[in-house]
Amino acid sequence: MANLALSAPVSPRFDGWQRLRRDLAGTRGNLAITLALLGLAAWIVPPLWRWAVSEAVWSGDSARCAAAAGACWAFIGEKLNFILFGFYPPHLQWRALLALLLMAALVAATAWPRFWGRGLVALWAASVLGIPMLLLGWPGGEPVPTEKWGGLPVTFLLSIGAFAAAFPLAILLALGRRSRMGGLRLLSVIFIEVLRGVPFIAVLYAATLLFPLMLPAGSDIDKFLRAEVALTLFVAAYLAEVVRGGLQAIPVGQYEAAKSLGLSYWPSMRLVVLPQALRLVIPPLVNLAIGIFQDTTLVIIIGMFDFLNTARVSATDPNWLGFYNEAYAFAALVYFAVCFGASRYSLWLERRFARGGRSGPNAAPGAAAQAA
Amino acid sequence: MTSSAPAPASRPDPKGPGLAVAVAAWWGEKPWLQLGLFVAVGVVFTLLGSNLVQNMHRVGLTPGFAFLGHAANFEIGEGLIGYAAGDSYSRAITVGLLNTLKVALAGCILATVLGVALGIARLSSNPLLSRLVQAYVELVRNTPLLLQIFFWNTLLHALPGPRQALSPLPGVLLSNRGVFLPFLADDARTLTLAALGLLLAVIVGAILKWWTRGGARMPLAWSGLWLCLALLAPAAIGASLGVGPGLDLPRLAGFNIRGGVSLSPEFMALLVALVVNAAAGIAETVRGGILSVPVGQWEAARALGLGQGRIMRLVVLPQALRVIVPVMTSSYLSLTKNSSLAVAIGFPDLVNILNTTANTTGQALEAILIMMLAYLAVSLAVSVAMNLFNRRWALRERH
Repeated sequence: MANLALSAPVSPRFDGWQRLRRDLAGTRGNLAITLALLGLAAWIVPPLWRWAVSEAVWSGDSARCAAAAGACWAFIGEKLNFILFGFYPPHLQWRALLALLLMAALVAATAWPRFWGRGLVALWAASVLGIPMLLLGWPGGEPVPTEKWGGLPVTFLLSIGAFAAAFPLAILLALGRRSRMGGLRLLSVIFIEVLRGVPFIAVLYAATLLFPLMLPAGSDIDKFLRAEVALTLFVAAYLAEVVRGGLQAIPVGQYEAAKSLGLSYWPSMRLVVLPQALRLVIPPLVNLAIGIFQDTTLVIIIGMFDFLNTARVSATDPNWLGFYNEAYAFAALVYFAVCFGASRYSLWLERRFARGGRSGPNAAPGAAAQAA
Repeated sequence: MTSSAPAPASRPDPKGPGLAVAVAAWWGEKPWLQLGLFVAVGVVFTLLGSNLVQNMHRVGLTPGFAFLGHAANFEIGEGLIGYAAGDSYSRAITVGLLNTLKVALAGCILATVLGVALGIARLSSNPLLSRLVQAYVELVRNTPLLLQIFFWNTLLHALPGPRQALSPLPGVLLSNRGVFLPFLADDARTLTLAALGLLLAVIVGAILKWWTRGGARMPLAWSGLWLCLALLAPAAIGASLGVGPGLDLPRLAGFNIRGGVSLSPEFMALLVALVVNAAAGIAETVRGGILSVPVGQWEAARALGLGQGRIMRLVVLPQALRVIVPVMTSSYLSLTKNSSLAVAIGFPDLVNILNTTANTTGQALEAILIMMLAYLAVSLAVSVAMNLFNRRWALRERH
């Protein structure tokens, strides 16, 4: 099989139909693979199609679903409000919906290179402070405690909040790790390596079990906030390594050029080095964001109702008991849509950068060449 | 520290007071600011720590690891070493650690096999195969691992009961009580034959090594065949003489299945989810590594008259491995850390048992410290082992 496997990178030409026929059935090996895969498809696809589409129940009650052999999509329709918003009070769910739309708009604006700049930072800061207030009902509205929050807004808020709060911390850690001050370097390395060396669950447990014990007796911190802090610290360690990668890719000439202009450390970082370094690491940042979005599901373990948990718990409704397959399939579809979209976006961005548009990272090596 | 702190310290005097200068040079600029930072971190930790100790005393707990010797009054579903409710907490935690290591080790091996196969399949010239692998990778990478674990757990618990267990291969039983596989029977004859087979395989391996000294080549398939023959020869000879090895087959006994090796549904769900998840990443790594070898290397090897298989094995893989091995290390590390998601489906891994320990004793600090130290130690061990492997490969490659 090894000999078939490696003809692709050697002859990357593509001659349409003829080439397709040769690849599918040209050699005995390829013909065998094609037939085996068609057999596999014939074995798997029809039952799956029957379950998901032709014998599925699209509307009606659970009795109709119990009678049918296929999937019960009526269950998703019936429980959609709960899956999306959890225990958020139904008459106030416009807030949760609005929060979700605002966060989607924030992500969309961030993805558009035209908006990259100072204004975007302000927008993020406003969103991270404003959206929790909207969900809480401040100021003046009917208050909704964080225990009642749930579903997709929680998943998005955890990811976006952690990413935003971790960013400044990660930049400080990355600069600290590359600093010439040994003590500072040591602290940064310990923080980064300890958090990267333990599973996220350990950090989450530390924040939920341990942290309340560390406060003076009588005081308490909200559970949602504790989970958010744990996620922020965890993300900061990984983010710091990504930022460090960008800092390392900046030629030393840039540092020297900034110094020769008379800039001291912080202005040279802020005006010369960081803008170039951060732009270089945008594609890995997107991949990290996808990872964070998926990692927020772990808050289930400390009993929070994120999107995956509301989907799972919806199958424990006595009227609609046990439709786990449908709940998981729906949750998987939503996660897949968000993450697949983001990963395609990341690839598009890389291609755009490689072409060297005006906002691409090719500005950095070019400027370096001039400076050298 | 203060006298030599500023810039001149960066040029150590060879005859000077070596250590102090080296420390000062390492410590670098702004020594007082850094010291202040250390003090601030220390104060914060001391404050939090003293609150913690006060709070623990208030509910009647003594900080420390004395609780490890106390009796743990909970059951553990499965383990590699014996354990019963009433044994000490330290033994319970050891059971959890061994369960974590078991699933992580099995997961790393299986994920490597599956991932390498998928990575090569992804480069197949057959578009059906490469597209199928691509779809697999996208599906796995773009859904949360926890969702995948829930999915496999639901699937494995939906298998029929022991009496209607599925048997895809003779001797293999799949049921909602777990997966049952045949194993060597636990009697003296079988053990002797197995030991003889191992011994013979080692001898044949040594002979093969001697045979191929000085560059003589033997196709990989042949040496593999010889080793297998050596391993199985004593059993085959024994069987032909009527004293063959005993095989312990799982079989239905009453309402359950006995015999063979049994793997619980939770273990299987976790293992399958981790393997399927990590293999997607490894497949991409392998593909990237092979593609990173310049086309000129292929052409040069072909010009030397090598066949495709030998080009792959002798020219491409050694160069691709330089790219693959470091990334593989981080795949293994994340698989090990991801095994902590076991707690969500009730597999008694280290995190699960430490969580139970923290809840039953109230010693959350100690439990979380043990958790963090154990994972840091495992991470360090995997990194060191993979670095050794990497160095060995790099050296061998230079011959």
